[in-house]
Amino acid sequence: MSETALRPAVARYCLGLGDDALVLAQRLCEWAAGAPAIEEDIALMNIALDLIGQARSFLSHAGELEGAGRTEDDLAFGRDERDFLNVQIVELANGDFGTTMARQLLFSAYQYQLYSALSSSADEQITAIAAKAVKEVAYHREHAASWVLRLGDGTEESHARMAAGLEVVWPFAGELFELFEPLEPLEPLDSDDSDGTRHSLGAGSVVNELFTTTCAPRQDSDTGRSAGRSDDSGPVGLLDARIIADPASLYRPWLGYVQSVLTEATLEVPSTTWSPGGGRRGLHTEGFGYLLAEMQHLHRSYPGATW
Amino acid sequence: MVTGTTPTTPTLPTTPTTPTLPTVPAVPTVPTVPAVPAVPTLEAVAAIAGSVPDPEIPSLTIADLGILRAVRVDKAGHVEVDLTPTYSGCPAVEAIESDVREALVAAGWRDAAVRRVLAPAWTTDWITAEGRQKLTDLGIAPPGEACVGANGGPRRSSPQPAASVSISPVTVAVACPQCGSCDTELVSRFSSTACKALRRCRSCAEPFEHFKPL
Repeated sequence: MSETALRPAVARYCLGLGDDALVLAQRLCEWAAGAPAIEEDIALMNIALDLIGQARSFLSHAGELEGAGRTEDDLAFGRDERDFLNVQIVELANGDFGTTMARQLLFSAYQYQLYSALSSSADEQITAIAAKAVKEVAYHREHAASWVLRLGDGTEESHARMAAGLEVVWPFAGELFELFEPLEPLEPLDSDDSDGTRHSLGAGSVVNELFTTTCAPRQDSDTGRSAGRSDDSGPVGLLDARIIADPASLYRPWLGYVQSVLTEATLEVPSTTWSPGGGRRGLHTEGFGYLLAEMQHLHRSYPGATW
Repeated sequence: MVTGTTPTTPTLPTTPTTPTLPTVPAVPTVPTVPAVPAVPTLEAVAAIAGSVPDPEIPSLTIADLGILRAVRVDKAGHVEVDLTPTYSGCPAVEAIESDVREALVAAGWRDAAVRRVLAPAWTTDWITAEGRQKLTDLGIAPPGEACVGANGGPRRSSPQPAASVSISPVTVAVACPQCGSCDTELVSRFSSTACKALRRCRSCAEPFEHFKPL
């Protein structure tokens, strides 16, 4: 698989990671002036700032790989809900401080493992972004862990609320460890292939084409090749090329860390088996549209506004 | 005037018109610009770029912070410098880049370019000894300093948590920049900027900021 053929998939991957960071930053910013103490207002804003920086790097890289001239701002403020590829856990409403800290623990522990692994990606820019970000995320993770410990092993009330928050966010952690999925066909590919093979839109066999339809600029779909894993320009191809980290490989170290924090905090790993998902395919929860409306309003109402 | 002059000399009398040109005041201002060295040396460029102050802690220069990563001058005299951000989201990045460019342009290198590089990732290890001293003078505990105090031997803080799942603070012992005591406690992991933590000295009771090791 040539580097060029993989570009749309790498762009899509970076878009997902950039969206994760951007959307979580937007949620954290809702805590400004509302956290339990002024130090926490500041801490959460600083964490959000780190995340925005990471988002900018990933979205810029995605835009460059896409090659359609879209900037980080175009991508952050110009896409609609279904074009966002973030995991759903980052878009969930903040809930109370315990719920926010539960999410911070699960997500920053995931980012820590992810960025550690990506620090040796075959894509130089991904390596550079990840190697920088992992050091920042180490502090985010420590911040979350200390709060989970303090609240979990605190009063009866704080323990109950920490446990309740964990129950809310836990099911959404499952999605973190799935390989990026192909998009559902938003624009069915009806065109015939050059070799006359008709694109099939059924089930999982068309992983590759579907993968190139959305993130990849639409015109790229005409470079589409027949479906088949032997010519994989999707997530499997990225794994083979050592560009991305296999999300499944992050699960055990992640769980080890999270479990140790929860145990020390006298909390239990939730036993729910329900695991929603679909964020990487552009499927989002109800609250996400409202988040985007707030985040994008200025840019869309006053295009090109600066200060 | 009419005597035996060649036909070519009559062109000279046209000079009376040229004396009007020197009356234009623009001429004297031009020589002030070329006062700049025509062929910049790496040292000169590094000195000018490196002396630009950090917008958030102005007594520190970008050289002190270790964010000036490279300086290049090609054969044509074109100047290019590499800067690296401290944190991914550092809001001062754009300001620093434009300040550096302005400083280079003011020095006469009008086409000077500033490049942003992410790799290798900035680390507080790159803050110079002078930079650390300036931080201390400002009441900000510098990063990664071993604290040698009555309550134990030197303890080296590490930029990243150990491989274990320990959730103890990333940094262990930080000396109070006011009284020098190692008996200080963490108040908040994030202070006025992402790169600093808020601590309190148990000996002299002063709160202070700590530039976190990264």
